[in-house]
Amino acid sequence: MKQRMIMKLLAGMTGLGIALGAATVHATPEGDRQELAKFYTSKYPNIKLEDYVYGALAFDADSKAQYEAIMEFPPFESEIEKGRKMWETPFKNGKTYASCLPNGGNQIAGNYPMFDEAQGKVVTLQDVINACRTANGEEAYKINDMKTMGVLTSYMRTLSNGMIMNIKVESPKAVAAYEAGKKTFYSRSGQLNFACSSCHVQNAGNRLRSELLSPAIGHAVHWPVFRGGDNLVTLQQRYDGCFKQVRAVPPPQGGTVMNNLEYFHSSLSNGLPMKASVFRK
Amino acid sequence: MAEPMRIRATMAGDVADIKVLMNHPMETGQRKDAKTGQLVPAHFIQDVTATINGVAVLSANLGSGVSKNPYLGFKVKGPKVGDKVVVNWTDNKGDKNTAETAIA
Amino acid sequence: MNALRRNVLKGAAGASTVAIAIAAGLLKPTQAMAAWNAPAFDAKNVGDAMKGLGVSAPADSKDILIKAPDIAENGAVVPVEVTSKIAGTTSIAILAEKNGTPLVGDFTLSGGSQGFISTRIKMGQTSLVRAVVKAGGKSYTAAKEVKVTIGGCGG
Repeated sequence: MKQRMIMKLLAGMTGLGIALGAATVHATPEGDRQELAKFYTSKYPNIKLEDYVYGALAFDADSKAQYEAIMEFPPFESEIEKGRKMWETPFKNGKTYASCLPNGGNQIAGNYPMFDEAQGKVVTLQDVINACRTANGEEAYKINDMKTMGVLTSYMRTLSNGMIMNIKVESPKAVAAYEAGKKTFYSRSGQLNFACSSCHVQNAGNRLRSELLSPAIGHAVHWPVFRGGDNLVTLQQRYDGCFKQVRAVPPPQGGTVMNNLEYFHSSLSNGLPMKASVFRK
Repeated sequence: MAEPMRIRATMAGDVADIKVLMNHPMETGQRKDAKTGQLVPAHFIQDVTATINGVAVLSANLGSGVSKNPYLGFKVKGPKVGDKVVVNWTDNKGDKNTAETAIA
Repeated sequence: MNALRRNVLKGAAGASTVAIAIAAGLLKPTQAMAAWNAPAFDAKNVGDAMKGLGVSAPADSKDILIKAPDIAENGAVVPVEVTSKIAGTTSIAILAEKNGTPLVGDFTLSGGSQGFISTRIKMGQTSLVRAVVKAGGKSYTAAKEVKVTIGGCGG
């Protein structure tokens, strides 16, 4: 049963893979995004692109109704409240996150990941938070520590609610990082030999056994999520899960491979509004 | 001690729409701790009562089948903006919590 | 006073005792109603849970609306909303029939409360979610199936 499903997936991908592969040779990031948007919207003409922020929920009214019922008074409000306290607690030197982040930390999440020309690499919002900590004599948090970085960003990202995702890919070095992320996204790996795109491009909107697969556009705007209402998961933590699900060894969170992937993947959501932190199944 | 509970109460016409979020693990007593393999003892809210200006409007018995951080929504006809909603809960270990808000 | 109150609660097996206690001003109504119904909640099947609730053979009613998902996103948090249009509704109980202990909650409504309860429940497996409504000394019921699957991409 499982095998048949996988074979069906593989068969479906071959044709699409060629079409997408061929079209992206000389593409710009904005061109990539538009082409992908066209692919989804022509396949699903009844679903508006702005509803892709709901992920798979956009494809299923029953799931969406549950999301809305839970978001009405989310069970994880007290966690976000903990994040707010972390955010507002001054460092030992009396400074705060707000005093060392651009615009006081408001309406900035949609600019990240950002290509930092001085450092010559992609920096994520988590990197910027850690830079802020170390500059003020505090220890950096582990990127994948949900109790610290996770909870803090579950609140911090709410300060950017409504901001339009605006990932810039301009310099040649930035383009190279973007292309590296794109390569990871479209490259097959793991014992099941899946790419990110196998599920989230070619099969977005289809079911993989019980799971409805979400489109890659709209993915990056709503993290972290509280799965099942209480299990906090950040975007790179989710990538980690995806790699494991296709039986691949996940690259380290906060490393170049993950950061470049997040850079590319986030740019696909350019133009969509940010919303943190949300419920997912 | 238990974390605060939150209440939202708003008038819609002549009906007050009241929503309560309680913070509680709601352990069934059947879940095993992932690390120790031991059963986590049952720990859940058993009673919830709500009053508006001192008049009882809801008295609930809950079982451990209510989700973690329980949510309760109910509707009451008759109150006015500014009326005081008080919600109390008691769990199976005797812990209690109370919160109040004015209807907006 | 406190000792007396405790004794009253202990001995309050019959409803009449409680009524007398309320009349005598020993108990506030809210406290009296909150006595936890252990036999109903500990019941391992729907029949025993109903017995615990003091309900037998409730009539099926189309005036009870259950808003619950067809397929639960996550069995740990299944939003369930019950609306009873039956006049004089005094209580709504919610049961997940195939849970180890099916009775999830029993909500007694008073003082202008409408026939409406919204909550979130745990479901171990696909089963009927049943509402039992008491109104005017009679009991009514309705049920809706909710499918529970394991897994979840959560993107």
